[in-house]
Amino acid sequence: MHMLLKNSPEETILMLGNEAIARGALEAGVAFTTAYPGTPSSEIALQFFQISRESDLYFEYSANEKVALEVAAGAAMCGLRAMCTMKHVGLNVAADALMTLAYTGIVGGLVLVVADDPFMFSSQNEQDSRYYGKLSSLPVLEPSSVPEAKEMARYAFDLSEELKEPVILRTTTRINHSSGGVPLGPMGKRKTTGIFKKDPFSYVCIPSVSRRLHPKLIANFEKAQAIADRSPWNRIEGDGRWGIVCNGVSYGYVSDALKELGVSEDFRVLRIGFSHPFPEDLTRSFLEGCDKVLVAEEGEPYMEEAVRNCAQKAGLALMVKGKEEGLFSRLYEFDPVLVKKVITRFFTIADAPYRTIQTDDLPEAPPRPPNLCAGCPHRAAYVAIRAVFGNEAIYPTDIGCYTLGLLPPLNMGDFLIAMGAGVGTAGGFSRASGQKVVAFIGDSTFFHSGLSPLASAVFNHHDFTLVVLDNGTTAMTGHQPHPGADVSHLGLPHSRLSVEAAVKGLGVETVITVNPLKHRKMVAAVKELAEYKGVSVLIARAPCPLHERTLPHYEKKRPFYVNAEKCLNHRDCINKVACPAFYLENDRVFIDPHRCEGCAFCVQFCPENAILPIKQE
Amino acid sequence: MKTTKLMIVAVGGQGNILAARVLGEAALAATVPVRMSEFHGMAQRGGVVESMVLLGEGDSYCIADGDTDVLLSFEPSETIRAANKCSPDSVIITNTAKVPPHTVALGQTDYPDIAAAMELLAGRVRHLIAYDATSLAVKAGSSLALNMVMLGALARSGAVSLPPDLFEQIIRSKTKKQFMDINLKAFELGMQVF
Repeated sequence: MHMLLKNSPEETILMLGNEAIARGALEAGVAFTTAYPGTPSSEIALQFFQISRESDLYFEYSANEKVALEVAAGAAMCGLRAMCTMKHVGLNVAADALMTLAYTGIVGGLVLVVADDPFMFSSQNEQDSRYYGKLSSLPVLEPSSVPEAKEMARYAFDLSEELKEPVILRTTTRINHSSGGVPLGPMGKRKTTGIFKKDPFSYVCIPSVSRRLHPKLIANFEKAQAIADRSPWNRIEGDGRWGIVCNGVSYGYVSDALKELGVSEDFRVLRIGFSHPFPEDLTRSFLEGCDKVLVAEEGEPYMEEAVRNCAQKAGLALMVKGKEEGLFSRLYEFDPVLVKKVITRFFTIADAPYRTIQTDDLPEAPPRPPNLCAGCPHRAAYVAIRAVFGNEAIYPTDIGCYTLGLLPPLNMGDFLIAMGAGVGTAGGFSRASGQKVVAFIGDSTFFHSGLSPLASAVFNHHDFTLVVLDNGTTAMTGHQPHPGADVSHLGLPHSRLSVEAAVKGLGVETVITVNPLKHRKMVAAVKELAEYKGVSVLIARAPCPLHERTLPHYEKKRPFYVNAEKCLNHRDCINKVACPAFYLENDRVFIDPHRCEGCAFCVQFCPENAILPIKQE
Repeated sequence: MKTTKLMIVAVGGQGNILAARVLGEAALAATVPVRMSEFHGMAQRGGVVESMVLLGEGDSYCIADGDTDVLLSFEPSETIRAANKCSPDSVIITNTAKVPPHTVALGQTDYPDIAAAMELLAGRVRHLIAYDATSLAVKAGSSLALNMVMLGALARSGAVSLPPDLFEQIIRSKTKKQFMDINLKAFELGMQVF
């Protein structure tokens, strides 16, 4: 049985924040779950995926976050409890649906989990999702700890059903990827089928309907604000004259800092866990007891503005500070010492100096950038395309493992902003520059948001080549299935969509599929498309070796070695291919047999044919 | 009880996350409050994996620079990279077996002089324990048991107040059955480092 299905209340289990969120939803009786994977949210979906295989929980990996939200919304309209999980930038994709879903409201509980990534450990930006609460008028909950993440996930469903609105549960990486002991509560009962009661003049958002729904949303907002004001997730701790407002992980840093400094009795802390609508009455009573206030929040000055707003409404002239030079930054993550230092500076408290050991005279640690894996077919595709176009073409790229093609010696990737944007921007690059444009997109990203820009490009007679780097999985986030992936080994009744059929269906006339590990064929295909005017698609298809290893009937291919007698040290293998299985020792090239996948790509570059398979014993 | 702040650094594939998990489960079993966080940005693709484990009362899930009580490092150049996490009171337990990044393997950058770095570090922290943990793991039956060797050394060092038998109990109940004997042997060899 899956660990998260244990019905043993009072037991405490060590859980990842993401597991705690999934457990909280299960305790709330979630019946319907959807996701598009994205770090740091992916493990929530993974739990649901696994649990759906051994219970009546419904889970799907939807093609993108907007679809995931819409599917979940449909189930919630039928009265089911539904959860939809995504990373912060995924909410940009889902936002269109969310904004008007706030108008219709929902029937069953619907919780949207959005995982922000301050410091951009694995993201293209560090946008602050709390503003989606403001934009949509929907409630936002923010846990400060792993056990609280579970409790809040469970509560979010009750709140959603009380308000008949979706609720946003917003986390940051430091909650998603933290672990702690989580006391289990009783498992909820799942209601897995529902009824949709038709009410088109409340649910079909034509202007006349929406004009009635917007006031309803604002009334709901006011109701939510009253709940936020008396919510136990928002609480005042201590009764000192110095105030600190904090949320999420910042609460832990503030709490530990005040204890370590031994100044807790001088302080009054407002911990915000229900952050939208902002609890204005509670904040006013908090501010009335304070001489000055520091707002400790990662990301944007969301609470700082709200607190200052409350102070102004209450006619209070006390100092409220947060984001400014010398205090907190809008950039990156906080840590306990950073928060402690700002507290001591703002309130003028003495603290023992920090004693980081001297490190500037240590030899430098070599960079350890992530790299395309040994045997990765993306490397092979990039090598061939660079061999044909060199630096002459513009290479818009997209989001996935293949973004690593940016690194030398491949240097493949000139522009990256968002999922699917490689295809969209390609048309602009090509029209404006007149240069050859070769855009890259992965198979999962193609089904996520590559279809409409491709249709648009065909319609508008753009001129570029789109390379679909098809490794048969969503490799970057942990090999999740997608519409183009073969999931037969999982025994799932899913259809596998064909990338070829999709691009042809969108009107692309010139489509070539090739295995990029066969270098000569790949180069020939690239050359063939080089002269083509219009939108052409090259599908570079070979499986992800990391994923293959996890499949049943996997057999490791024979690794290769460099025959020292034949090798003349040209190093084409290292300079052109740069597979991480190569290493140099005493100025000679070797292949680490444990890392070599046996893909035989490098073999095709050795002028002496010195790279040979290791003979099996 | 003072909070013990422990940081584990490793290269992808060295078993950092499982080591942190065993430590966390041991703490939970001993009813010591535990908070952990992990970072493995593209670790399967050769990157660095970082775990933070905080034992004892408190609310934070992460550790700032200069604030680490114990640095447990599975790779010596990663010890250098994480050295700024240490204070003069820190204990460093480090493997000395190198895993050169591909930039070094391909001759683009140099691997640092580990012996010199360790000598400098030894004079700056309370205690530095450096040994070849990888060869002990191989001796136990698999280089993959490196994490258990490191945990053995940690358990024996006294840097965390959790009894070694508790670690063994957790290794028995929480690690994969087919590796259990090797894991226990590796843990044992790690304990004998002192």
